[in-house]
Amino acid sequence: MIKKILKACCVVAISLLLVGCSGEQQEGAAADGLIGQLIVTGSSTIAPLAGEIAKRFEQEHPGTRIDVQSGGSSRGIADVRRGTADIGMVSRQLNPDEIDLVAYPIARDGVAVILHRDNPLQALSEDQIVAIYTGSVTRWSEIGGADAPITVVNKAEGRSTLELFLSHFKLRNEDIRPSVIIGDNQQGIRTVAADPNAIGYVSIGTAAFEVTRGTPIKALPMDAVEATLESVRNGSFPLSRPLHLVTLPEAGAGAGAARAESAALIQAFIEYAASSQVDDLTEAQYFVPLAH
Amino acid sequence: MSPSRTETSLLWLLRALAAIAGAITLLIVVFLLVEAWPALRSPGFTHFLSDEAWFPSSSTPQFNIAPMVAGTVAATLGAMLLATPLGIAAALFCRFYAPPALASGFRRLLELLAGIPSVVYGFWGLVVLTPLIRQWAPPGQSLLAAVLILSLMILPTIALLSETALRSIPRSYLQGAAALGLSRWRTISGVALPAARCGIASAIMLAAGRAIGETMAVLMVAGNIVQVPDSIFAPVRTLTANIALELGYAMGGHRAALFVSGLMLLVLIVVLVTLSDWIMREEIHG
Amino acid sequence: MAEKTTRVVSGGFLPPARRGTDWPDRIATVLMWAVALLITAVFVWIVGDLVLQGLPHLSWEYLSAGPEDAGRGGGIAPILVSTLLILAVCMAVSIPLGLGTAVLLSEFGRRNQFFGRLVRYSLDVLAGVPSIVFGLFGNAFFSITLGMGFSILSGGLTLSCMVLPLLIRSTESALRAVPDDYRRAAAALGLPVFTALWRILLPAATPGLIAGLVLGIGRALAETAALLFTSGYVDRMPGSLLDSGRALSIHIYDLAMNVPGGESNAYASAVVLIGLLLVINALTFRAADRWLHQGITPV
Repeated sequence: MIKKILKACCVVAISLLLVGCSGEQQEGAAADGLIGQLIVTGSSTIAPLAGEIAKRFEQEHPGTRIDVQSGGSSRGIADVRRGTADIGMVSRQLNPDEIDLVAYPIARDGVAVILHRDNPLQALSEDQIVAIYTGSVTRWSEIGGADAPITVVNKAEGRSTLELFLSHFKLRNEDIRPSVIIGDNQQGIRTVAADPNAIGYVSIGTAAFEVTRGTPIKALPMDAVEATLESVRNGSFPLSRPLHLVTLPEAGAGAGAARAESAALIQAFIEYAASSQVDDLTEAQYFVPLAH
Repeated sequence: MSPSRTETSLLWLLRALAAIAGAITLLIVVFLLVEAWPALRSPGFTHFLSDEAWFPSSSTPQFNIAPMVAGTVAATLGAMLLATPLGIAAALFCRFYAPPALASGFRRLLELLAGIPSVVYGFWGLVVLTPLIRQWAPPGQSLLAAVLILSLMILPTIALLSETALRSIPRSYLQGAAALGLSRWRTISGVALPAARCGIASAIMLAAGRAIGETMAVLMVAGNIVQVPDSIFAPVRTLTANIALELGYAMGGHRAALFVSGLMLLVLIVVLVTLSDWIMREEIHG
Repeated sequence: MAEKTTRVVSGGFLPPARRGTDWPDRIATVLMWAVALLITAVFVWIVGDLVLQGLPHLSWEYLSAGPEDAGRGGGIAPILVSTLLILAVCMAVSIPLGLGTAVLLSEFGRRNQFFGRLVRYSLDVLAGVPSIVFGLFGNAFFSITLGMGFSILSGGLTLSCMVLPLLIRSTESALRAVPDDYRRAAAALGLPVFTALWRILLPAATPGLIAGLVLGIGRALAETAALLFTSGYVDRMPGSLLDSGRALSIHIYDLAMNVPGGESNAYASAVVLIGLLLVINALTFRAADRWLHQGITPV
């Protein structure tokens, strides 16, 4: 019996392999000449949005396939440099040592400081936030809140929201005295929602969405500007970051028809992702579309 | 019994399969070494133990991973201490205490526990467990939470594999014990457990490996502060969580430093395996 | 059916409960039941939570449609297909590899002492390699070096490296527990080693094999980090094994951690995953049971 199973396994494996090898040839020609496959990797923040954009792009250009992979901004940059991806997703400004790549913004995202809904404080000044994060204030009572220790929620080193937060408050990560360090956005929201004494910072759109569905958090205004997608859109909110697609500048400069074809596709996809045609998708993922 | 031609070729086939299985580890070690090499050359390995803190991407980078080694060891030990007795008890329950129908149901339940994704455990820990712990000792995300979630995750491995080990004890042993009129507990402690100790030990080893290597669930409940824990309520960061938290956004030297924490983890595992190997052999020869 | 397996192999043996004054025995009994209750309670807590939150979102459409709006809407059909394909690749590779290695380690151990110890040692190390390192390794080795790209194939192969120690260790210890009488009897009958293995030893070791398989399947289905960098994130229906395909566990992870408003569908997907696990485990038992009854092991 096990022999049969093993045999079956082998047969299945081999036939799947064969199917696999022949699977590539089913792409029909497209009217607009766009054809082929792109690999997009990078920031897990952008990945859901890019996935939706890719789906719509594929529908409009039959014969193309856009595979979106996740894994972090630095992965996007590394993969584009190494040539294992055509486009990278980077949820921050490019660093000075990354000028070998070209970045195209496709949307914006703000970062808001959040508290638990039951926290009596309605706003914090920048100095108070700095004092809390550097550990010179450790109890809410010191700044007019409840008599309880503050749970300071910080992001992990390298995350773009952390870098944005640090640069806005002119802090160094070494100076911060966190009680908890988290990774993804949702983890931050869960952590603050579960702890009435917590303070954290997350993506604005996410925070606004969670507030409307009853999650017990609130987003604090910053410099008296309300933490809403609207204030990110009109540029008045101080903490915001661009979401980028990056490619090699010479994409397409390479020799050969195949290269040129893929360069055209890369260019078409990036233009599409930055165009007003995907504004509804951007908003559906709680980001701010670019001003067109 | 002289081996025939088919036997020899079978033997070689098996050797080849085993060699592939063994080679995977070697490939992984080489891969980690290659990726970690830039950091091992500069700043050099001693920095990973002697620096003051862990700030790998600051302008004056610091690379101390010792607190994370402590965090990993503490979380793993805690989980082993909790899950081993519970797991073995669950196996004994299945084998010797529960009526057959219940035993089979209980086994099904353990199998399901083994297949719940770590992110679900982590999510549950974050939403249910850490708020409970927070009421005693804020912030709640802590070594204790990590230990509890890890125990839950490795318990099925210990229980299911120990149960198989108990099941393969020759029937005559148990009949002998019955003939001597031993009570159920004496049969278990005097006959069944000693007879199955090899299988149980390898179950524990596998579970320990799982506990050391678990990433996502620990990351969600442990709090991830780089510090040597001073109590079970203190947040800690494990080596695996360190990789998962920072890798997605790490460049250059920072990235290589994260692979050093991967290597460090392998060193821990090798120590553990060598230790258990040694204990097992003492046991057999001693 | 699994119960039949149990009895057949070692004989369901329960020493009689003692009446009266044997305190250690009574305490032990109480403790065992308490532990079982505790585990069941925690299980009911977790799974109950999942089912309560996930079940209302389950429907035939959820299982048969593709995901929309980053997984907040639509269903999981392509993800289910990818998951099953990844699992199939993983098992098709790891079962022969695992069985072969386990047989070598337990049956030919004396002739291969050094080699056997080396392999065993490296497997124990492999068991502790964190899943994210497996993912990075799989990406570097299968996806890039071997040129498989982000594909179901490289995801399945990476997973098979992960579950191998579980499979080998449990099969090996089950084989070792088979009484030597069986081997001697087979030798006395003049059975070729191969036949003895196939017809007597492996069937006798079935419980260990099943335990390893079930744990391996569970581990494979539950894995997230190792798959993110290998089989990938694409939620399209896979056309072949070389396509990227999102596994259920990654879908759950993404919905729970990355997509605001994705929790309810994350719960629903987790319920589907558990259901899938139940079905696959049941099929595994059935297959193993049938094999057991084809063997000539005394029943």
